[in-house]
Amino acid sequence: MKKSASRKAFEVFNVIFMILLSVVMLYPFLYVASCSVSSSASIQAGRVGLIPEGFNIDAYRAIIGYKVIWRSYGNTIYYTVLGTAINLIMTMLGAYPLSRSDFYGRGVFTVIIAITMYFSGGLIPTFLTINALGMYDTVWAIVLPGAISTMNMIIMRTFFQGIPDALEEAAIIDGASDMQVLIRIILPLSVPSIMTIGMFYAVGHWNSWFPPLIYFRTSTKYPLQLVLRQIVIENNTNELEAMQQGMYIEDETKMNSSAETLKYAVIMVSAIPILCVYPFVQKYFVKGVMIGSIKG
Amino acid sequence: MASKVKLSKAQKAHERQRTWQNIKKNKWLYVMFAPVLIYYIIFKYVPMVGIVIAFKNYNVFKGIWASPWVGFQQFQRFFNSIYAWRLIRNTFLISFYGLIFGFPAPILLALLLNELKDGAFKKVTQTISYLPHFLSSVIIAGIVTSFLRPETGLFNNIRAALGLERIYFLIYPQYFRTIYTTMGIWAGIGWGSIIYLAALTGVDPELYEACIIDGGGRFRQTLHITIPGILPTITIMLIMRIGQLLSVGSDTILLLYTPSTYITADVISTYVYRVGLIDANYSFSAAVGLFNSVIAMVLLTISNSLSKRFGETSLW
Repeated sequence: MKKSASRKAFEVFNVIFMILLSVVMLYPFLYVASCSVSSSASIQAGRVGLIPEGFNIDAYRAIIGYKVIWRSYGNTIYYTVLGTAINLIMTMLGAYPLSRSDFYGRGVFTVIIAITMYFSGGLIPTFLTINALGMYDTVWAIVLPGAISTMNMIIMRTFFQGIPDALEEAAIIDGASDMQVLIRIILPLSVPSIMTIGMFYAVGHWNSWFPPLIYFRTSTKYPLQLVLRQIVIENNTNELEAMQQGMYIEDETKMNSSAETLKYAVIMVSAIPILCVYPFVQKYFVKGVMIGSIKG
Repeated sequence: MASKVKLSKAQKAHERQRTWQNIKKNKWLYVMFAPVLIYYIIFKYVPMVGIVIAFKNYNVFKGIWASPWVGFQQFQRFFNSIYAWRLIRNTFLISFYGLIFGFPAPILLALLLNELKDGAFKKVTQTISYLPHFLSSVIIAGIVTSFLRPETGLFNNIRAALGLERIYFLIYPQYFRTIYTTMGIWAGIGWGSIIYLAALTGVDPELYEACIIDGGGRFRQTLHITIPGILPTITIMLIMRIGQLLSVGSDTILLLYTPSTYITADVISTYVYRVGLIDANYSFSAAVGLFNSVIAMVLLTISNSLSKRFGETSLW
């Protein structure tokens, strides 16, 4: 089929538009990366673009020497691993019975669960409940209140329902208990979907900062995102000065401007793990959205 | 007649016995489900009961139940305060701008992506457009803050290069909504397009062929087949969005606003956070929060019934 001139023009425009869009999406990160290795004087003078000027890695050296960043990194990993493990166990324990048509009371339980998608106690009553449970300033306030995302549980239930009943029945006839069926039959068959949902949860934990903000009093328990917020958004001078100790700065004026480079470097340090992982995991997320949209 | 009743009674007893046997047979399912049920009761239903503090004057030492009832006093206090109207207006306007500018953006992107040939270029573009979705709001807000900084920010460097004065964008209230809306579009356009792309794959290819035979060009195909094809999805998404007009999350706003921009940036959820958790006015802020969720619920119910009527699909 021959293409008309206007069609060709449109196609060219479309490709240019997509390239522009990609640039708009990526440029901020490339700029941040470039600034994080440039001299602060060049940033200030507006001379830094995609190519760094006055290349140096002092900021990264300072961050490596600054133990608050590493501690918060460790905290984030801890909360993510523990939180995701709890999420997956609880979500499976909910999803499997709900996927069984012979689970008496399934309708009632579904309603009890679905109601919570539309009504909630709200911030203050939830906060007071968690305090009353003695979870304030403990890791449990971070990992337990969100142990199940109802949406994820519904997605997982849909996955489980897709597994042929005959497999379960055969196992039950062979004398397997429901627990054994879940562990030996259902789980091995659902590894991809469990991975997908596990990644939903893990990215959520990795990026979470509001619950830690309201439930942690002790700053040594802060995750990376909260430390990042202190440094980049609140411009916390204590943190910045502490980091600058590692930068061998000769005079006061340089002290002030090096803070900028440090902020860019801290953004990079916290974004790098996600930037490395997301191109590989995004397709699972997309799949999850599709399933969620069909059900919802 | 009598025998029939007796029979149904016997049937009932039989039914009950069978149900009981069924429960016994599946006892492990109940054991599995127990922690889930406990979770929902403790973390979802107990806080719902805790809403009663909105009608009380909560005292930390007395606890929820011993604190005195005050009826609607907390609500009155809110509506009589100078903040009530400002908060409602800000919350509404921020989501309204999101609706006007943020809602069509992913649809347009999906339509344009759909015109690309399948291949590496399309995949890479899509993957890049998803990037902001995976980053925390702190990183995104951090980048925005850095870019808008008066002395060193990218935008101000560009302004300075053009001979314009440097502006500290984040402390002037008139810029806040623009900044927030733009950031929202940037962060959400790629991810938001997924659902429309999924809908586009469901459009029957035979319809296109028929249109081509009728001599319809690409633009006519888009207008008469593609858009009607995804209209149900658009309708549902729009209605859901309207249902959320008064539910603006506090997350990103907390990161970007400052006391100097409260006049346009402070929304109900950020106010609840400040008054409740910073100032510890639990009852008052619970009342404000409850007001917000009731309005949100009403909006959602209205939009859902609209969805049922026009979209033939609904949330419940």
